[in-house]
Amino acid sequence: MKRQMKRILTMVVTVTTMIVLGGCAGNTGGETVQSESNLTVESNTTEENTTVAEVSSETQEGEATYGGSIVVGIQNDLDSLDPHLAGSAGTSEVLFNIFEGLVKPNSEGELIPAVASDYKISEDGMCYTFTLRDGVTFHNGEPVTIEDVIYSIKRCAGMLEDQTEPLVSAYSVIAEINTLDEKTIELKLSEADTELIGYLTEAILPKEYENQASAPIGCGPFQFVSYAPQQSFVMKRFEHYWGERPYLDQVEFRIVANTDSAMMELKAGSIDIYPYLTSDQANELSGQFEVLIGTSNLVQALFLNNAVAPFDQVKVRQALCYAVDAQEIMDMIADGYGTEIGSNMFPAFGKYYKDLSEYYSVDITKAKELLTEAGYPNGFEMTITVPSNYQFHIDTAQVIVEQLKQIGVNAKIELVEWASWYSDVYRGREFQSTIVGLDADLAPKALLKRYGSEVKNNFIGFSDEEYDRILEEALRAVDDNIKVKNYHRLQEILAEQAASVFIQDAAVLIAFNPKLGGYTFYPVYVQDMSQIYYRK
Amino acid sequence: MKYLGKKIVTLLFTLLFISMAAFLVFQIIPGDPAAMMLDMDATDAQIEAMREQLGLNRPLFVRYISWIMDFCRGNLGISYHYQIPVAELLKDKLPVTFALAGITFLLILFLSIPFGLFQVRFAKKRIGIVMHIVNQVFMAIPSFFLGVLIILVFGLILKWFTPGRYVSYTENKIGFFLYLIAPAMAIAVPKSAMVVKFLRNSVLEQGQNDYVRTAYSKGNTEQKVFYRHILKNALIPVATILGMMAAETMAGSIVVEQVFNLPGLGRLLVSSIGSRDYPVVQAILVYIASVVVIMNGVVDVLYRYLDPRIRVE
Repeated sequence: MKRQMKRILTMVVTVTTMIVLGGCAGNTGGETVQSESNLTVESNTTEENTTVAEVSSETQEGEATYGGSIVVGIQNDLDSLDPHLAGSAGTSEVLFNIFEGLVKPNSEGELIPAVASDYKISEDGMCYTFTLRDGVTFHNGEPVTIEDVIYSIKRCAGMLEDQTEPLVSAYSVIAEINTLDEKTIELKLSEADTELIGYLTEAILPKEYENQASAPIGCGPFQFVSYAPQQSFVMKRFEHYWGERPYLDQVEFRIVANTDSAMMELKAGSIDIYPYLTSDQANELSGQFEVLIGTSNLVQALFLNNAVAPFDQVKVRQALCYAVDAQEIMDMIADGYGTEIGSNMFPAFGKYYKDLSEYYSVDITKAKELLTEAGYPNGFEMTITVPSNYQFHIDTAQVIVEQLKQIGVNAKIELVEWASWYSDVYRGREFQSTIVGLDADLAPKALLKRYGSEVKNNFIGFSDEEYDRILEEALRAVDDNIKVKNYHRLQEILAEQAASVFIQDAAVLIAFNPKLGGYTFYPVYVQDMSQIYYRK
Repeated sequence: MKYLGKKIVTLLFTLLFISMAAFLVFQIIPGDPAAMMLDMDATDAQIEAMREQLGLNRPLFVRYISWIMDFCRGNLGISYHYQIPVAELLKDKLPVTFALAGITFLLILFLSIPFGLFQVRFAKKRIGIVMHIVNQVFMAIPSFFLGVLIILVFGLILKWFTPGRYVSYTENKIGFFLYLIAPAMAIAVPKSAMVVKFLRNSVLEQGQNDYVRTAYSKGNTEQKVFYRHILKNALIPVATILGMMAAETMAGSIVVEQVFNLPGLGRLLVSSIGSRDYPVVQAILVYIASVVVIMNGVVDVLYRYLDPRIRVE
């Protein structure tokens, strides 16, 4: 009996030590991360990333087979199964497999025709013409007709009889929808907008179908099987999909309670793909899983409320930019992965993106000088409000607090629940500074429009006359070259004026079952299951 | 009978008070359910329209009365987030939490009574003292931590079960119950340790009483004195604590569901608070509170029947 007790005690001690040590071990190795595939943002990856990428081309190949089913872990429950009502990125990443719009994004970030086989935007940006593809069918077997397309566009634009507000606000520029012939449809806009095409990825739904929220029907590569709140969303291959036939028979998106329970399930092999690892977790799983690295396509920044002291002074904001070291943040919390940015855009936007990451190189002396000039020779106290459900942002805040101490700024982290953050910080603008990541649809204007001084979602209260003027020009521009030039200038102004401390486009680490292949990264937040296959 | 009536009236008032608290708490904390349902950059007009649609613009008092009236009629409202009736949402979750609480309670019974008696038997010996210490340690381990340990040792190292391979009770009843044993252990062990300690102290205390000496002097064997006299008296306070445990297992399951990724009431509650899904949160809170209040009431009543002395007092 005594000996047995001893044994049990030893076991308890061993296990506890294992947990503690396991936690520490995670911080040491960086080499364990194995591979990376189809990274979309080639030109801007760090050196480490590119070296790893070469290895990946071998591991990712292996002949594709049809059949099989997988489980994908997701962090948040779905908002709504109705694609026009679903707001969160976590929902769209799942529904991407079920629905398709007139156009859809490919992995290069370009829009390719989907339900439409062809489209044309008039020179003045006032008129869009779409030709529908032949042989596209809904999951219920009905063909996609022009009436369905019109119904879907009207529904997004709030033009149906029982609607008062558009479901997708970008659609409010649509003035008229005309049927040119059985296969052709024309959208007339009330003002020129060449970026509306980025929003025409919204799902085409069968006309007058009432049960979209409980049994969704679309025309994407997978069709809905079942959904249980807080548990799972299951879908199977749609055999009559117009495009390439998906490899997998069935995919289950399983909603995990938290990252810790997800880790347990990954280790037990209950989950095949989990797209939200921290670098510590990635190291811990590296033996069992392939770890794929992509970009999050979010602007992570220490957002400063430009309307309140001391951040109403440009010199104070610049001082913070000089003091915060983005590379150190990446080294500390993500093993060096991530892409430094210097303005409110990330590299996935290609020609629209201007690399300003070197605009403020770390310079403590200069930062102190700027603070003295601004009247804060001894620094000041500040609060960083961080939504408590984002560990990544909390970790970032902790590094920043240390960095700001060097210039005498004493920052305090305040954790708030997401709903409070949304109502107080984002909508109420009652904050001093905050750390979050801003996302964007496929239109670059989504990221830059929000800094216009009168814009509702300009939650940091940035205000600059030149910016407003150029923004208006850029939005009106039809010629793409002018647009690019203006967007570059807008990014420069944000950097010059230090609208906020722009940090990075963070890396995403994905646990991927090594028996699988075909994971594709997109510049938008989606999990494309149609490309995934079991390797022979 | 008069006692019973009085008890039921207090019970109803407690529940009414809880329902008010459950309702009011969410009016105070920041966050707007209408805004949470819409896109991040929804316009004020969109949010206003949604508030109107959800009936959130009516005065607080009117909303409370209409909610409680519906509630009493069995209409729990419609979930903001899922857009389905709350009752339907809970229907799937209740059996999970209930089964978990039930298995936990049985485990507490089967663990605590034998271990408690064992400890009493060897209270003065070295093994008894060691067990007493181990018992203290188990009492101090929070169930979520124990849950992680169980997953690690029995799930990942010994592979007795597969973490995450939860099967719904509709698919496979046996598989469902087997999967619940691990989380039930996580809740039951610290709680059993508490009951063991209670039982041990209660028995040792009873052993000091005069009637024990009398029983011995009448020529009873040690066995007989222990089971007929000491244990019978010692079990009365233990019954009270077991009643309280039954209510506490409900609370314990809320935490442990998160660790084991079980789709029960607890997970639904936590996520509904996050999305400000008031109808769901209120229904679950009132439900859990009712279970606790009713359980305590039942124990109070039972207590009087178990021990005649209380009735006299």
